[in-house]
Amino acid sequence: MSQRIVVDPITRIEGHLRVEADIENGKIKDAYSSGTMVRLLEEILKGRDPRDAWAFVGRVCGVCTSTHSLVSVRAVEDALGIVVPPNAELVRNLMFATLYMHDHVVHFYHLHAMDWVDVVNALKADPKKTSELAQSISPWPKSSPGYFSDLQKRIKKFVDSGQLGIFANGYWGHPAYKLPAEVNLIGLAHYLEALEWQKEIVKIQAIFGGKNPHPNYLVGGMACAVGLDEMSGINAERLAYVKQLLDDGKRFIEQVYIPDLMAVASFYKDWGSIGGGLGNYLVYGDLPTNGFGDPKGFKFPAGAILNKDISKIHEVDLRKDEEVQEFVTNSWYSYEGGKDVGLHPWKGESKINYTGPKPPFKNLNTEEPYSYLKTPRWKGHAMEVGPLSRMLVGYASGRPEFKEVVDKALKDLGVPVTALFSTLGRTAARGLESVLVAEWALEFYNQLIANIKNGDTRMAEQSKFDPSTWEKKSIGVGYGEAPRGALAHWINIEDQKIANYQLVVPTTWNASPRDAKGQRSAYEAALLDTPVADPNQPVELLRTIHSFDPCMACSVHLYDEEGKHLSRINVVGE
Amino acid sequence: MFDEQEPKSPTYYDEVIRKGYSRRDFLSFCTMMAAYMGLNQSGIAQVTKAMSEKPRLPVIWLHFQECTCCSESFIRSSHPIVADVLLDKISLDYSETLMAASGFQAEQAMLNTMEKYKGEYILCVEGSVPTAADGVYCMIGGKTSMQILEEAAENAKAIIAWGSCASNGCVQAAKPNPTSATPIHKLVKGKPIIKVPGCPPIGEVMAGVIVHVVTFGTIPELDSSGRPKAFYGKRVHDSCYRRAYYDAGLFVESFDDENAKKGYCLYKVGCKGPVTYNACGTMKWNNGTSFPIQSGHGCIGCSEANYWDSGRIYERASIFPGFGIEANADTIGKVALGVTVAGAAAHAVMTNIRKNTIINAIEEEGKASEKEL
Repeated sequence: MSQRIVVDPITRIEGHLRVEADIENGKIKDAYSSGTMVRLLEEILKGRDPRDAWAFVGRVCGVCTSTHSLVSVRAVEDALGIVVPPNAELVRNLMFATLYMHDHVVHFYHLHAMDWVDVVNALKADPKKTSELAQSISPWPKSSPGYFSDLQKRIKKFVDSGQLGIFANGYWGHPAYKLPAEVNLIGLAHYLEALEWQKEIVKIQAIFGGKNPHPNYLVGGMACAVGLDEMSGINAERLAYVKQLLDDGKRFIEQVYIPDLMAVASFYKDWGSIGGGLGNYLVYGDLPTNGFGDPKGFKFPAGAILNKDISKIHEVDLRKDEEVQEFVTNSWYSYEGGKDVGLHPWKGESKINYTGPKPPFKNLNTEEPYSYLKTPRWKGHAMEVGPLSRMLVGYASGRPEFKEVVDKALKDLGVPVTALFSTLGRTAARGLESVLVAEWALEFYNQLIANIKNGDTRMAEQSKFDPSTWEKKSIGVGYGEAPRGALAHWINIEDQKIANYQLVVPTTWNASPRDAKGQRSAYEAALLDTPVADPNQPVELLRTIHSFDPCMACSVHLYDEEGKHLSRINVVGE
Repeated sequence: MFDEQEPKSPTYYDEVIRKGYSRRDFLSFCTMMAAYMGLNQSGIAQVTKAMSEKPRLPVIWLHFQECTCCSESFIRSSHPIVADVLLDKISLDYSETLMAASGFQAEQAMLNTMEKYKGEYILCVEGSVPTAADGVYCMIGGKTSMQILEEAAENAKAIIAWGSCASNGCVQAAKPNPTSATPIHKLVKGKPIIKVPGCPPIGEVMAGVIVHVVTFGTIPELDSSGRPKAFYGKRVHDSCYRRAYYDAGLFVESFDDENAKKGYCLYKVGCKGPVTYNACGTMKWNNGTSFPIQSGHGCIGCSEANYWDSGRIYERASIFPGFGIEANADTIGKVALGVTVAGAAAHAVMTNIRKNTIINAIEEEGKASEKEL
């Protein structure tokens, strides 16, 4: 007999996620992932100024803040035929890199670490041994016995107060925690250090975008004019500030994040064969080096991998009707053509239709629709998106920098390449791509300096900013790689207003319910066969779910309450 | 398990001494904190007393219809840093973003605090509450956000409505507000509610509100809209370093033009600073690094109610009565925001004739552009 467990709320994520899982013989036999909050932002966008869309959709998510705004201005620029100046592309890349460095570090330490690090066990660590260990894996200076001893005393006092705050009711002492006390103490120390560090790296977004979270973007470029001899604007001081932050960020990733990641991973190698899931990986590509119109110049190459076959990269075309489609078979929406058809986002249609149990309830009826997420498919395949997909497509494309970091990590851990297809692989990929992005950020920075030195200070192309210059109708698609995976927005502009706006978001790919054929999406597939030693303390389930870095507010936000067709545009010319 | 232990409630003073600081350090911290909050000498004594005697304040932080930008902004605070807030100042007993526990253990942590600290805990709410369809558009643990809010608010000492979502509904409440996204003050009655609007609010503002409550055991003084005066007392326009260009009639005409490079006023490209109450111009963002206007983009007015429906981003804020830094939200409110004649009259009194001519011309252009859509 299987036992149904419910984990709701799943914490240490963005938004509201519920997982129900059937446990049999100590393993997950089946799982159901449900998004339980909806805001219907796409409906709110209709009739608005397309140039304002970045601000609205920016508010889809404050964790992967800036990523929706970036993809939104790309969508509008695609529709209006605007090519942004090279400096604007570089500044956008720098803001993108800032987001990755911030988001991945915060995910590892603040959202994911407590699945692997037993905070309370850290109290048993020997500070001297901890210091020796820390110094053996990294040159990071905060590593003296006194440093760890002071921290331990601080935490002891905290625990003794009886007010455990964010650490209350954790699964401390669970047998699935395998780290020696000294590694736990290092993890806890860096939890606190990363909390302090993360507020620094985002200053790059504040310099270029005015604030973080939710920096400002601009259709046609960026608003931060270069004014080397002015008190306002991007001048030598601002640029030096950016460089300092980039250097500090890179150092933190290389000397703290990566050594910790490898140290933790070395004790959890068994997770290199757990939580693999679909084996299908999808990447849209991002980080242009030669303008967004030249995907070959992207640092993150696009492509799809099927059935873990990294010998073949499939091409992806977001404009083709039959490639990306969304289903509502198991979602709380209905389609006019019935529950089982799939629709391209440009034909997006939906009527919100909650048919779940009346709250308060204990269980969802998973035989019926059970989520506010729709179910996207690529050529009918369920696909995983995110850091692992990006690293695999980069690796399979033969890009040397990808091969270098991946092969080194595999060698250091002594695991085969197949270990990538796992919970551990997903978590490791996030760290490895942080290394790449931190490195690339310096390239973007140097290029920006070179451009300015050569006299190119352009930051925004404004010749088509005035709506009176626009065609009566236009359509566009903006896409890119959010930290959590492939992201695209489709826009339809009519009479200077938004006629339709559709988003298909990374966590929708990963966390969605089953499709019309009963195929599981990435979360549900990855949870199969995950061991659960104690159904009341399913830390193993959290490990696999957190390895995806769920972002639920992104994934649910859709649709016209009245069930009208939102768009009848089918095809976009290349 | 640790949650079964009785609290021994160390005070801030204990914590500071234990961390190796001297009493002198502690007193200087209190002085700084008092100065930060604009208090006089007697206020320093009050801070010192409070920090020496109080246990960590229990806090329950709920998430409803939101994007977590408020939590993200909170952890950006530089003074105090959030690690110190979490370990020394408050006991964050429920936060879906940061807490270790998930599922029923998370719910239990919230219940424990609601029972053990009945009437003493602070309830923070991030996000709006959808009231359409009996609340099914936001459910956590099988309950609607309406039900969770009602239960958690009942015995809270006070409520902090973080961000524009909880204060005024923000983006999901923009027209046509399909889920009936509702701010907290419309659902909870009979409790002190501190509104801390902004999308998100500035990190140090959030930490500052918490520090105020922790230190004084009272809520900060609020304006007639329920916002702390310390942070929302002035318009961005009144504290803007580009204000002199406005007064001189020097404007950016188009992004990235020569005037943009010189840092002229962004009013003509849509800056909403003149109608927005926030601390962006004084405290700035990310520990004083910058703020939107400094980085070349106009203020979008994210801390104002209904800002999503108050004109387009790149459209001039054509009507704003009352000039001069002596104006605050309450006095401006009396001038009846949006009444063109009254606005123009107040304007004429307070500005010189040359500038007035320029501004009137801009207002006409603004009104014309409003009609475009």
